[in-house]
Amino acid sequence: MANRILEVNDLRTRFHIAEGTVHAVNGISFHLEHGKTIAVVGESGCGKSVTMLSMLRLLAIPPAEIASGQVHYLGRDLLQISEHEIEHLRGKEIAMVFQDPMTSLNPVLTIGRQLCEPLRVHMGMDKQMARQRSIELLEQVGIPDAARRLGDYPHQFSGGQRQRAMIAMALACVPSILIADEPTTALDVTIQAQIVELVQRLRENLDMAVIWITHDLGVVAEMAERVLVMYAGFIVEEALVDDLYEDPRHPYTIALLAALPRIDRRRDKRLLSIPGAPPNLLLEPKGCPFAARCDLVFDRCRAEMPPLIQVGPNHQAACWVDVTSGKPR
Amino acid sequence: MESSPAQPAKPAYGVVQLLPDELETPPLSLGQLTWRRFRRHKMAIFGSVTLLLIVLYAFGGMLIFSEADANFVETGNRLAAPSRQHPFGTDTIGRDILARTIYGGQISLIIGLTAMLVELIIGVTIGALAGYFGGKLDAILMRLTEAVLVIPQIFLLLVMAKYFAQDISNIQLLGRTFSGSVLVIIFVIGITTWPYLARIVRAQFLSIKENDFVLAARATGTSTRDIIFRHILPNSIAPIVVAGTLSVAAAITLEAYISFLGLGVRPPTATWGNMLEGAYNYIETAWWLWFFPGVLIALTVLSINFLGDGLRDALDPHSRTV
Repeated sequence: MANRILEVNDLRTRFHIAEGTVHAVNGISFHLEHGKTIAVVGESGCGKSVTMLSMLRLLAIPPAEIASGQVHYLGRDLLQISEHEIEHLRGKEIAMVFQDPMTSLNPVLTIGRQLCEPLRVHMGMDKQMARQRSIELLEQVGIPDAARRLGDYPHQFSGGQRQRAMIAMALACVPSILIADEPTTALDVTIQAQIVELVQRLRENLDMAVIWITHDLGVVAEMAERVLVMYAGFIVEEALVDDLYEDPRHPYTIALLAALPRIDRRRDKRLLSIPGAPPNLLLEPKGCPFAARCDLVFDRCRAEMPPLIQVGPNHQAACWVDVTSGKPR
Repeated sequence: MESSPAQPAKPAYGVVQLLPDELETPPLSLGQLTWRRFRRHKMAIFGSVTLLLIVLYAFGGMLIFSEADANFVETGNRLAAPSRQHPFGTDTIGRDILARTIYGGQISLIIGLTAMLVELIIGVTIGALAGYFGGKLDAILMRLTEAVLVIPQIFLLLVMAKYFAQDISNIQLLGRTFSGSVLVIIFVIGITTWPYLARIVRAQFLSIKENDFVLAARATGTSTRDIIFRHILPNSIAPIVVAGTLSVAAAITLEAYISFLGLGVRPPTATWGNMLEGAYNYIETAWWLWFFPGVLIALTVLSINFLGDGLRDALDPHSRTV
């Protein structure tokens, strides 16, 4: 409890667009402990990235609106502090790595210049010091011949190298929290493994907390201690990694895990998928968002959103049904 | 032959050994790519060379003729046809046209460049603010832009030139005297031409600010000012360079136009434009009055336009062929 570096309470984010209001994040709460890794999983459009962007106030307002919530970071509410203060925190104490390394680097600036930027802004380093540190950083993320490559432009880097450079940028000021927003999705599998390993190693060396957003459940198992499962802007289950895999308590998590391809499953069988589609986020959420696709659904599910219910030590699920017995709680 | 035939130099390996650095050609930088494409554009090269020669003519000519030569009035020798003494002839009050095209050229080129700078400063600032911040600010700035745009430019130019240049004193600069109307013309041209540029810059900002790297830069704590000037502006430099180049040509033409109508740069300062003033009375009788400044204006504007075209093609991200 005392070790919580980040605590999010009842965060709600909406987008006001021409077609109506998109309910992107619907009151989510979680916390992050110092030096630990949590994974946030869920399908595309479930609000993973929007949650992170809301926390750092990186969404354009309007169309976005943060309707409620607090984001406590070391005693301060990130949603209340001034623009100047949050600018100072971004990149220095909370850094973020984005999904697509191809587009996340400015094509007309050299890698060196982009690496030096946070160092000069946040650490007040002069040109020479920033350059020296940039070389160290690039070496740290495993880019050979770093001194020469500082003068290169992003198009001269491969995809994996770019993501490494992005990570180097994020780590430049030794942040206490690293938010990795699907950093491996745009990379091929071998590079993915390298990046995962790199972040793990750096996390241990630098003693940072990591929020790893992904829809790759395999990566989760490797990376994280705790997992948040998101669906349609809600957290539907929160558990330690092993508990989640061995004993999932939310029908969505169960379905998600069942849909994973497994090496021991018969190959002539088709992969399982979850019938139906996620709810329309333009509608005001009412009841459980998974109700329409759930096998265990009953009346109450459609009327009332279940809160996160403690189902075990360090294990919470938002379901009216006890999935072990199939009976309503 | 110094090599001994008994020991022929034998390569250590049967194949050429490449150092790691030679294994792949280093990727080209943006500048190199641009230069490669620009080089293939024949007309652009022609334009650049011509422009260079004109600049040499206008500024190198200073070494041969003094400004006093250019302003020396010799009423006894007015409207003299080109001769050995006056290769381009003399004008209506007997001034040497060759010397005047040299000094006039300086002023015309300087007006072109500085008016472009004024246009650039106003246009880029307004376009960048409107495009980046959007919303109300965008609406206000764009209505302002349209307001300037809907007034016919020549009309605005003439009214402003007339209004501001009423009694303006001469200015001293670098030991030379210039008509204060030069500044007025620069200002007036700059202030009437920026709307086009502002729209281009705004459009650029609107699309570039949606890029992931802008979000990534914000996530590293980059300030709004740095995002605008260090991230977005360098990405929109290509169309700005092209528009800027072409607007130099436009400014030279506009200066010629208002000076021709007698509202531009006042004597004694010569420009190619005001040398044409009154020349229409002598179209047939003294062709050299309009021919030399006219040819210089045409050549300059043409070369700048070729140059701008070449830059447009060379900087266009859609023509990535090398």
